[in-house]
Amino acid sequence: MLAFLIRRIGQSLFVILAMAALVFLGVFFIGNPIDVLLAPDADQAERAEAIVRLGLDKPLWQQFFIFLADLARGDLGTSFVHGTSAVGLIFERLPATMELAFVALVLAVVVGIPLGVIAGLKSEGFAGRSIMTGSIVGFSLPNFWFGIMLILFFAVTLQWLPAGGRGPTGSLFGIELSLLNPAGWPNLLMPALTLAIYKVSLVIRLAYSGTREAMLQDYVRFARAKGLSRRRILGVHVLKNILIPIVTVLGLELGSMIAFAVVTESVFAWPGIGKLLIDSIGRLDRPVIVAYLMIVVALFAVINLVVDILYSVLDPRVRLSDTGN
Amino acid sequence: MSAVLEVHDLKAHFFTRRGVIAAVDGVDFSLERGEVMGLVGESGSGKTVTGLSILGLIDPPGRIVAGSIRLAGQELVGASEEEWRMIRGRKVAMIFQDPMMTLNPVLRIDTQMMEAILAHEAIPQEAARQRCRDALGRVGIPSPNERLSAYPHQFSGGMRQRVAIAIALLNNPELIIADEPTTALDVTIQAQIVAQVQKLAAEMGTAVVWVTHDLAVVSGLADKLAVMYAGRIVEEGPTADVLNRPMHPYTLGLLNSLPVRNPRGRPLNQIPGAAPSLLALPPGCPFAPRCIRAVDICRQVAPAETDAGNARRLRCYNPLPAAEAA
Repeated sequence: MLAFLIRRIGQSLFVILAMAALVFLGVFFIGNPIDVLLAPDADQAERAEAIVRLGLDKPLWQQFFIFLADLARGDLGTSFVHGTSAVGLIFERLPATMELAFVALVLAVVVGIPLGVIAGLKSEGFAGRSIMTGSIVGFSLPNFWFGIMLILFFAVTLQWLPAGGRGPTGSLFGIELSLLNPAGWPNLLMPALTLAIYKVSLVIRLAYSGTREAMLQDYVRFARAKGLSRRRILGVHVLKNILIPIVTVLGLELGSMIAFAVVTESVFAWPGIGKLLIDSIGRLDRPVIVAYLMIVVALFAVINLVVDILYSVLDPRVRLSDTGN
Repeated sequence: MSAVLEVHDLKAHFFTRRGVIAAVDGVDFSLERGEVMGLVGESGSGKTVTGLSILGLIDPPGRIVAGSIRLAGQELVGASEEEWRMIRGRKVAMIFQDPMMTLNPVLRIDTQMMEAILAHEAIPQEAARQRCRDALGRVGIPSPNERLSAYPHQFSGGMRQRVAIAIALLNNPELIIADEPTTALDVTIQAQIVAQVQKLAAEMGTAVVWVTHDLAVVSGLADKLAVMYAGRIVEEGPTADVLNRPMHPYTLGLLNSLPVRNPRGRPLNQIPGAAPSLLALPPGCPFAPRCIRAVDICRQVAPAETDAGNARRLRCYNPLPAAEAA
């Protein structure tokens, strides 16, 4: 297990390094930050002084190493717009996005797995067909459209739920979370649902095909021949087998939910990192964009690592491959 | 002696879009305590479906349409799902063909064994574990205590089949259905498994239905043989009698296609043609189109079961004379 962990962490570091090089070069080619930073009436002396102060007179490779050294210390510069640390800005907004993604993930699992299993068991019946048709609809609906329709129906027509923004929050270790304050739940519901709808459909389809496959396996027939109850067969024998692909896919999807909640957050004016990214792109706030990209990469690397570990918990056959290649 | 299992006129049909498949079409047999019966036939003859019927494990579109299965006096046809569940694993256990597939790959052996006990009895975990340990020891698995917490992939095929047998024996069932349990194993392991089942069944007085297409396997194991063709038992009798003096041309065909009975260098004898489609059975005897001894009546009316004396039963108009045997 230890060797496996060390190898996987090494791989993750390499991915982060490669991404750092790409981001650095990408930003370098966008243009000269001096044009954005200095007032339009700055004279040549001020300009030269700023170039030296920012280290832009050094060769590219030196600048890159300075960037890496700062990255290692967790310093990704100061936001042009807000005047505060870019990393700090993102971490301030991260909990909002995280809890949105978390609620969406829970919805995907709690709603998706039972529906998928039911559909898999009754694939010829009315219930099964309806669920599978519904999942295709869920797949195909554009995210923003679904969000707008929710707002139109529940916020404008029925006036049951607030149309946007993050309601009251509760505080835990200095982190503000809507989940901790029931008054904030109505605000959380629609954005989480919008973010979840695609994942629910995805989990339904995975659980559906997994169940159909598992039910035909000899081990299910053998479990029945042992006289086990249907509940135990489904809840233990089938579920543990279908969870393996679901965990893999959901792990990746969790990353994408956090990183690309941009559309949902924009529709619901949810103050998360997606909204921050859109605003920063609009204002050419480069340190924030760079910090965002680097944090997202790190996030993906961590999630993938966790998925690999979970995978070996679920599937004993994976555990033996510690020493392999 | 009282019969443990009495199957009478059992019919299990599958209702497909292309028509009704009569996989089992009127099967009769009975088993006494500790008796071992070989149920022999080609693929598609209905032997596996017969075995699954006795556990109520036939899934839609198939179902038992007629007949009776009496287990120690209790009628099983028409039992509710919960009644079936209580019988499965406790009174009737089953061993399947491929040991690589029958154990759940993601659950530990102790989980899969203990649940078989706890599904039928409310006993403490530790007592159940102890019984599993004993059962593993009894089927010849070394260091059963450590092996209990292993996963199926850590066992070889033969060992997995031993585990499956241990699970089948956990609740001291009255009957075990063994569906080709040695087909997927090496020949040396086959012999060990056969000997193991034979020994345990004799010790515990468990009756066994051994489903197979391999006459060689059952010849040394079964007390009696039933040969199935197209959903019916065409010949039944004590094992030695049937093997030494087959009366049905199909039984002779099966015997002649065994490699050991052929002189070296000569091509193997085979039964001409293939097993008929159960969707379009010809009128008359289903074996008639492949039969060397078919006469006119064979193609018109299916033969009824006749008592051929000496505890033998037969479905044939023109059985082999004694001289032609083997």
